[in-house]
Amino acid sequence: MRLLLHIWRQRNAQEKGRTIRYLAADVNPDMSFLEMLDVLNESLIAKGEEPVAFDHDCREGICGTCGFMINGVAHGPLRGTTLCQLHMRHFHDGEELYLEPWRARAFPVVRDLVVDRSAFDRLISAGGFISASTGSAPDGNAILVPKENAEQAMDAAACIGCGACVAMCPNASASLFMGAKISHLGLLPQGQPERLERVLAMVAQSNEERFGGCTNIGECEAVCPKQIKLDVIARMHRDFLRAGWRRRAF
Amino acid sequence: MDLISKAPTGPIETRWDRHRFSLKLVNPANKRKHTILVVGSGLAGASAAASLAELGYQVQCFCFQDSPRRAHSIAAQGGINAAKNYHNDGDSIYRLFYDTVKGGDFRSRESNVYRLAQISVAIIDQCVAQGVPFAREYSGYLDNRSFGGAQVSRTFYARGQTGQQLLLGAYQALERQVGAGAVAMFPRTEMLDLIVIDGKARGIVARNLITGKIASHLGDAVVLGTGGYGNVYYLSTNAKGSNATAIWRAHKRGALFANPCFTQIHPTCIPVSGHYQSKLTLMSESLRNDGRVWVPLHKGDRRPPSKIPDDERDYYLERRYPSFGNLVPRDVASRNAKAVCDEGRGVGETSLAVYLDFRDAIARLGPHVIHERYGNLFDMYQRITGEDPYSVPMRIYPAIHYTMGGLWVDYNLMSNVPGLYVIGEANFSDHGANRLGASALMQGLADGYFVLPNTIGDYLAANPLEPVDRNNAAVRDAEAGVARFTRRLLEANGTRSVDSFHRELGQIMWDYCGMSRTAGSLERALSKIPELRDEYWRDVRVVGSGEELNQSLEKAGRVADFFELAELISTDALQRNESCGGHFREEYQTPDGEAARDDENYSYVAAWEFRGVGQMSELHKEPLVFDYVHPTYRSYK
Repeated sequence: MRLLLHIWRQRNAQEKGRTIRYLAADVNPDMSFLEMLDVLNESLIAKGEEPVAFDHDCREGICGTCGFMINGVAHGPLRGTTLCQLHMRHFHDGEELYLEPWRARAFPVVRDLVVDRSAFDRLISAGGFISASTGSAPDGNAILVPKENAEQAMDAAACIGCGACVAMCPNASASLFMGAKISHLGLLPQGQPERLERVLAMVAQSNEERFGGCTNIGECEAVCPKQIKLDVIARMHRDFLRAGWRRRAF
Repeated sequence: MDLISKAPTGPIETRWDRHRFSLKLVNPANKRKHTILVVGSGLAGASAAASLAELGYQVQCFCFQDSPRRAHSIAAQGGINAAKNYHNDGDSIYRLFYDTVKGGDFRSRESNVYRLAQISVAIIDQCVAQGVPFAREYSGYLDNRSFGGAQVSRTFYARGQTGQQLLLGAYQALERQVGAGAVAMFPRTEMLDLIVIDGKARGIVARNLITGKIASHLGDAVVLGTGGYGNVYYLSTNAKGSNATAIWRAHKRGALFANPCFTQIHPTCIPVSGHYQSKLTLMSESLRNDGRVWVPLHKGDRRPPSKIPDDERDYYLERRYPSFGNLVPRDVASRNAKAVCDEGRGVGETSLAVYLDFRDAIARLGPHVIHERYGNLFDMYQRITGEDPYSVPMRIYPAIHYTMGGLWVDYNLMSNVPGLYVIGEANFSDHGANRLGASALMQGLADGYFVLPNTIGDYLAANPLEPVDRNNAAVRDAEAGVARFTRRLLEANGTRSVDSFHRELGQIMWDYCGMSRTAGSLERALSKIPELRDEYWRDVRVVGSGEELNQSLEKAGRVADFFELAELISTDALQRNESCGGHFREEYQTPDGEAARDDENYSYVAAWEFRGVGQMSELHKEPLVFDYVHPTYRSYK
């Protein structure tokens, strides 16, 4: 099949970008979306043109490196699926697609479809961890974790940090990403001692990075390739309120 | 050159303890005076960087990805082994040690493997403390499963995302140290050379992948945790970015490369669908716990699987290996899949696949149990192939997955270049000729959390290191060399893309140095690789410049190294006139087609010294001694 692609091309963070039209001919329905772009890039190189830059690595839907917008939807039309796992059988011959990078003030464009998501690392660095220095741990079975908590923590921990939630949110909020980490750690007994400090530190960092706030729109949940639920944001807000009261009490 | 392994002798249970006691320590107040460069941020690199920073060292950590959380450890699905014996089923440190030495087909160091088994227990504790959401029983205790050929349940797991959860644990520990100012993180930065001064590793030359700027980073020791080299085959289960550049350039600076021909083929991957294929996707081998592997009994049977009655199916693993059945180790399962496909009994469009069938397990346990155990894997399979594995058997085929070979290291994980440490998949040390399932995560974390932080101090305490001047000739030379290399790639200005060469190299390696090898096929590889390499340098086309994000240029450098490494892999495979583990030479097999080892002549580590591109490398041998597990014929019948 053949597709008409409108791809955002931008040399670097400083220069202005624009959309350029490409024809993807001979698209095989069993290709992944990124393989379709590989083939397009091979044809560009053959013509001596610069290939389209896009981020990708594992191509198994787990590393969270890939991601851009297809027709305004983060990771494209298939729910619960990263771009690298999206196959061309979900498109039809002659379709016209607009490919654009994640857009958020906290994620500046690096080149073409590549953005800088280092703000996510800084959110984790601010408090998205349990302080357990190597060697200090008790036996793994010393502290029991109810199965239900472990399962819920795992649901939240499945976040791959791709940034689709931010890209899709009209506020460019990182609430789903933060809520996932806060829920993952806050649901486990090991995460309790730092629970309230964690939420305060991460929210403060999020403001500094200029991510927006959450207004319960839910676009993030709709495009999350790991189908993380809005509940994690509710949990983050509860922890944040509790942390605020606690702070006032002292 | 004498290879001194520093492996302790005496009672194996106390070797690590006695060795640790013999090591020199760095005074806590002096630790902050030492800068350690850690390259790679996967399980090994991130756990090492975090643990070294916790000890008080100044750490700089580098990765080519946009974030340390992306390293390919993240894709490991099945689990991590530990000799906890929580199930009271006969497991012990000694049994994990025994299984690993035997599974590695007696080509690993006993001392290293015993230490790995000992440390496995502490890894689980550490990860639980970090908040890794391991699977639990209803009682709240940790759950285990049996995995990849083990007859005890010692594998801890977090759904099918164990690697992801362990990596996020290490990543969070690393980010905690970044926040504390103890680690300086350099993402999108690729190491392109090792700086060696007065015989000691003192720094790296790296390229900032966004600006293209080439700069040196200097310190007192360099740690490489840069993963394996499976992408030399082009199609593998590795991430697209996984590469051998860091270890290869260190090799060219003098570090010996050990057992490069020990490559692991994973038996359960989704088969190739077309020429555009960019990578292969692994289906966790935990699937073999409940799935049954079969092909039609008769050649050329093209009926759909549901139309083939049971008596016309050949459950060949169950037939040939009645006691292990579908759970035979990876090398055995892979070779058998190739054998039945070579007989013309392969299935699917390409006939290069076998069935992995859950029909009986679904009938026995119900679809909901299968969903609970493998739901995410079934979903992934369906997304990629468009087929529903609940109703149609999966099609699988072996693919390159892991490389047991890597840079040679001693018991302290230091290479033969003083001050250069190599951890995780990048070194050669613990898996011998074949790695058992759920052992890669164990080794990466053992090296990073518990071995390296204990051993690196011995080197730093014993060697007074003067600060390195940025204008030192060795630093300038290395920088200039990298700039020259980059320029040469950009100026070749040929007609073919990097990927087209890489694909062709991969095909040569798969055909002639893949799942089974012969002297003839290896000689063919050794004549074809240099030809293609020459053509590469003449005819490669890298568009764009070196002063910006240029993904083709990044690939071009990595592929240039793969060409040289491919030659070494083939050379190593050709000198090893025996079959062992992942290295199967057709000339050396038992009458019933199993690998035939030659302990008399090949019970050694083959450590290669670089002698120049296109020159024959020099072989050094480290003899292997087995005091505890006496080499036996590996039988899974």
